[in-house]
Amino acid sequence: MKARKKIKVARIFLHIFIIFMMLIWILPTLGLLITSFRPAQDVAKTGWWTVFNSPLKFTQFTLNNYREVITKAGLGTAFKNSFMITIFGTLLPVIIGAFAAFGLAKIEFKGRGVIYSLIVGLLVVPLQLTFIPILRLYNKLKLSGTFVGLWFAHTAYGLPFAIFMLHNFFVSLPNDIFESARIDGASLWTSFYKLALPLSVPAIASLVIFQFLWVWNDLLVALIYLGGTKDVAPLTVVLANMVGSYGQNWHLLTAAAFISMVVPLIVFLSLQKYFVKGILAGSVKG
Amino acid sequence: MKSKKNTLWAVLFLGPALFLLCVYLLYPSIHTIIISFMDQRSQNWVGFQNYIYAFTSKTMLTAFRNNLLWVIFFTLGTVGLGLIIAVLVDRVKYEKFTKTIIFMPMAISFVGAGVIWKFVYDYKPLGVNQIGLLNQIVVSLGGEPKAWLIQGPWLNNFALIFVGIWIWTGFCMVILSAAYKGIPEELLDAGRVDGANEWQVFVHIILPYMKSTIGVVATTMVVNVLKIFDIVYVMTNGNYGTEVIANRMYKEMFQYRNYGRASAIAVVLFLLIVPVIIMNLRRMKGEKS
Repeated sequence: MKARKKIKVARIFLHIFIIFMMLIWILPTLGLLITSFRPAQDVAKTGWWTVFNSPLKFTQFTLNNYREVITKAGLGTAFKNSFMITIFGTLLPVIIGAFAAFGLAKIEFKGRGVIYSLIVGLLVVPLQLTFIPILRLYNKLKLSGTFVGLWFAHTAYGLPFAIFMLHNFFVSLPNDIFESARIDGASLWTSFYKLALPLSVPAIASLVIFQFLWVWNDLLVALIYLGGTKDVAPLTVVLANMVGSYGQNWHLLTAAAFISMVVPLIVFLSLQKYFVKGILAGSVKG
Repeated sequence: MKSKKNTLWAVLFLGPALFLLCVYLLYPSIHTIIISFMDQRSQNWVGFQNYIYAFTSKTMLTAFRNNLLWVIFFTLGTVGLGLIIAVLVDRVKYEKFTKTIIFMPMAISFVGAGVIWKFVYDYKPLGVNQIGLLNQIVVSLGGEPKAWLIQGPWLNNFALIFVGIWIWTGFCMVILSAAYKGIPEELLDAGRVDGANEWQVFVHIILPYMKSTIGVVATTMVVNVLKIFDIVYVMTNGNYGTEVIANRMYKEMFQYRNYGRASAIAVVLFLLIVPVIIMNLRRMKGEKS
């Protein structure tokens, strides 16, 4: 009887702890969202939680902040730029990585062990170690400040992880299906295209989500290779600049931040399953 | 004959990737190591001068101290909270919902998270309405509002580190939760039948069972945090004693245009990371076999 009571108390504490954790995780983001819909003068004078004093008074909300950041602060252009950068910055490394991973996993050739170790070894390299020589090269080739330059940088930086992850997957596919395909006269290209790719859809899906979030949320690589060029800057760069120049204009900063978060949040919430699978498959990223 | 054909196929499949890896990772890494021994425009050799700067200048020493703070408290925070949540959330019905919420910041950029938390940490003097959530809580509990991001060296560094913990705990939780669910139910029940309480079960059965996973997660976090850049860049830009190594490298490169120093700092970062990743890969290999 006493023990049961003890367990009941413990369970109450358990619920309190978990709900407390959830509050720490959800309240900051909720505050951002609410603030982004409040007029400037309210935001500067009162906390966002005061909207709950009269939650049904819809006149306390406005879309002006969004209108202003999209047209005046250039968030509209930045949104398009983020898309341009992310689409190719995701597709290229996944495609090129899939080819390479298949080559390493299913073609027998001299030196493949060495090449595989080399690629995995590159996971160790912090991107910082590569910036200066590549930026100099880009300046010579007139590639700095261009989408193309950024696409290839993201592709190369994403490759070691992409190859590592897909190689692990391709190796786990049984060799006899490829052997029998070969006996049936299929070329390596056909067995890659018709056999390996369709079988690896889940692995590729998680890799795509990883790379998508990585590129969309990247600040450093964009800062380095795009410099200050405004017409190509993605959301992260524009938002980081706004923090410097808009300082206390929280109504604008919050709206801009939410715009930068909405796409990855949708991707994440709808494809969480693949994301989790990918994390569990290989949790090292260089 | 067959092996020749295979080599040709291998070149076709691997060629593009190898080309990009050589141009973007292999060659520049070597080049950076070379110019780390040269002056700011890479014209004259300067020996170890840039490294002496990297290890003795005041800002770099601050950066080293802060990176150490990050490594210790960020890793403890993410892995510790991730583990606690993973184990506890298994016992409630709203497990999935909780996990989604804790995991969600992983989808948000560091810049976005930086804005979210800068707003939480916002400071207004006493007597004026607080608009930052944290100071509002402090004030309603009768305390004095604090300038969380300016008061150093402890307060502001921990304020920044907590943002990192907020972002990465979900990642640790997901991996640790999967490992926890892999513990055979009989093992836990056997312990309970023998009279162990939940805490003893945790310490003597759960922890040892998850030891290697915890190790992999912790080393992954250490590697991540050694390279920490965005949070600091957005929230304080290294001011008020919050500098970190990666942000310093960026400043040397773009603000001061000193490519020699920037390269030396990058090499130092690399040398800090290598042993940790090697440890991690070894452990993962060991786990597989």
